Amino acid sequence: MKTFKLGGVHPPENKLSAQTAIEILELPKKVFIPVTQHLGTPSTVVVKRGDDVKTGQLLAKSTGFISANVHSSVTGNIAKIEEVTDQSGYKRMTVVIDTKADEWENDIDTSTGISRNISLTKDEIIKRIAENGVVGLGGATFPTHIKMMVPEGKKAELLIINGVECEPFLTSDHRLMMEKGEEMLIGTSILMKALGVEKAMVGIENNKPDAIEHLSELAGHFKGISVHGLKVKYPQGGEKQLIKALTGREVPSGKLPIETGCVVDNVGTAYAVYEAVQKNKPLIDRVVTVTGKAALKPSNFLVRVGTPISTLIEKAGGTNEQLGKVISGGPMMGKALTSLEVPVVKGTSGVLLMLKEESKRAVVNNCIRCAKCISVCPMGLEPYLLEKLAIVEDYEKAENEKILDCIECGSCHYTCPAGRPLLDYIRLGKGRVSLIVRNRKKV
Amino acid sequence: MNNIILFAILSLSAIGATAAIILYFVAQKFKVIEDPRIDLVAEVLPGANCGGCGFAGCRAFAENMVHTGTLEGFACPVGGNDAMSQVAKILGLEAAETEPKVAVVRCNGTFTNAPKKISYDGPATCAFANNLYSGESGCPYGCLGLGDCVVSCKFGAMYLDEISGLPVVVEEKCVSCGACVKACPRSIIEIRNQGKKSRRIYVCCINKEKGAPAKKNCEVACIGCGKCVKVCPFDAIELKNNLAYIDFEKCKLCRKCVPECPTGSILEINFPSKKPTTEEQVQEPKTTASTKILS
Repeated sequence: MKTFKLGGVHPPENKLSAQTAIEILELPKKVFIPVTQHLGTPSTVVVKRGDDVKTGQLLAKSTGFISANVHSSVTGNIAKIEEVTDQSGYKRMTVVIDTKADEWENDIDTSTGISRNISLTKDEIIKRIAENGVVGLGGATFPTHIKMMVPEGKKAELLIINGVECEPFLTSDHRLMMEKGEEMLIGTSILMKALGVEKAMVGIENNKPDAIEHLSELAGHFKGISVHGLKVKYPQGGEKQLIKALTGREVPSGKLPIETGCVVDNVGTAYAVYEAVQKNKPLIDRVVTVTGKAALKPSNFLVRVGTPISTLIEKAGGTNEQLGKVISGGPMMGKALTSLEVPVVKGTSGVLLMLKEESKRAVVNNCIRCAKCISVCPMGLEPYLLEKLAIVEDYEKAENEKILDCIECGSCHYTCPAGRPLLDYIRLGKGRVSLIVRNRKKV
Repeated sequence: MNNIILFAILSLSAIGATAAIILYFVAQKFKVIEDPRIDLVAEVLPGANCGGCGFAGCRAFAENMVHTGTLEGFACPVGGNDAMSQVAKILGLEAAETEPKVAVVRCNGTFTNAPKKISYDGPATCAFANNLYSGESGCPYGCLGLGDCVVSCKFGAMYLDEISGLPVVVEEKCVSCGACVKACPRSIIEIRNQGKKSRRIYVCCINKEKGAPAKKNCEVACIGCGKCVKVCPFDAIELKNNLAYIDFEKCKLCRKCVPECPTGSILEINFPSKKPTTEEQVQEPKTTASTKILS
């Protein structure tokens, strides 16, 4: 069975909600829709306070090249357009809508049947994806239509669909593959058509044997799509690691995956593409896992974007008294929330309720030069050195040591026996170095 | 045997002498003529190499002053007027008198004024915390209390007050080099005029939010009401982005604005007064509640 070679760790999987079917969450009374939910230039608001909006109506239009549209996820009245605290506690421009009903825009196909016939041309597909605000749902929220436009001189030859879900606890992709497998594979065919590639590979870790079996069976009906089981290893869901695991090719330092002829999309994205192209439905909902040892009833929900996370936790039966931290995302790469009133955005893959004892940070000791961090780094970096360089602010050397190649998977941090906050400092250094590099380019 | 030693001595002396002659001429040819005044000037400077003057160190500062030929725009924050007048004497120029300055922390979000809502357990550096989140009190402008400024101070003029959770500037030691200003990721610290008898008035808040959200996180936040602007007889206060700012060049320390402020975000420092001043409140807040949070 395939996997990537360099580094990697094996955190306990804890897929508590793997066998819980996706539950459609009822509409929240109020939704908070941040105007910017993607990587890139912020979008501009096109509605006013007091406007009545329908489900699926455009709220904010993309501006600039790397940007994405944002749509209303409910029908109702716009109560406010103002700066609201986001996941990090900073303010972000947000459209607040009082929900009244769930009346969809006329041009959206709300029928439940599966539409199998791909009638649109390549350019029409990309236009639909862009119009419907589809972004990468794996977590980075990079606008999908930009990925579909292969830069000149490069050629895409393989589409990789990422069903790895290597983060412990999270099961949203797993459930999506089980329940919406066929739609997801149609979405994959659409993406193949848009890219002009003949072959697509779906990578799934073998801790989800039911998903591998289910999709392999379905894939028999689709031309060019093959399903591959992969050995469990974190961070296999990283773009570069998955390419390496499936094809053996390596993305050069500082370059994009297209250098190897591969384009990687998440299974959630493939499903969103299916909905956007076949049903003309904007990206206004997603599957979110609410899980963790402090969760009373770990569940998977189909949630409208903008639903407060507190509502989700409530629907999942609340928490027990041992709750320590609430994390948006998985335990390895997720970020602790500062407030539970923040909304679900396009990039929210899970809400993790951690126990008090789990969420304690390790006591920090001196580095003992055991080199464990080096052996687990999937990018072949030297995390202990990068940490030190970030602390002493030697950014020139940090750049030479390829700090920008770090994918922030946290394997080094996880494995460090001295409990050093390696990733925290590497992130700090990475931010500074990328700022320096950007300024240099301007000059 | 004797001959070998003699030859060795003679030949080495000959090589040495030739090399010395070559070196002498080369040294003459490539002689660096340096203004002797640079050394003299560098000597009277404090030698702290803090960079507060804007140059790479004391010697670079001295070189620039000597080469420029004027003292306009040059000021050593550490040596102050004494050092500059000595420099002026050496160079035969006139030094412009500069007002002594001091670093001022413009945040009063103590544990009592801005109670903790969440607790942070990441690395103790403001630069990282600032990238990560808004702060324990929730104020996205306020002090993070992790002490990057304290670490940056080379003169031991800052310490982190454990009771208030805020950095404190020791006025006697502060040389206004500006290292803390650069270290603070939120630009909370400002270099202001020290003022006569160290008396100062300033808005101790940099929150640009509207009144309600600002007040929600911190009791003593500037809410941008503009009362101080109206009452100021010298036009020294400016209201911009929901935040009042007192221009220390224009301020005449009349203290009219201080009682006007509804939240008490304008501080008066070192004024003799009947009632306890706001500065005392900064240093000695109602301790019980805050110490509990700390422990």
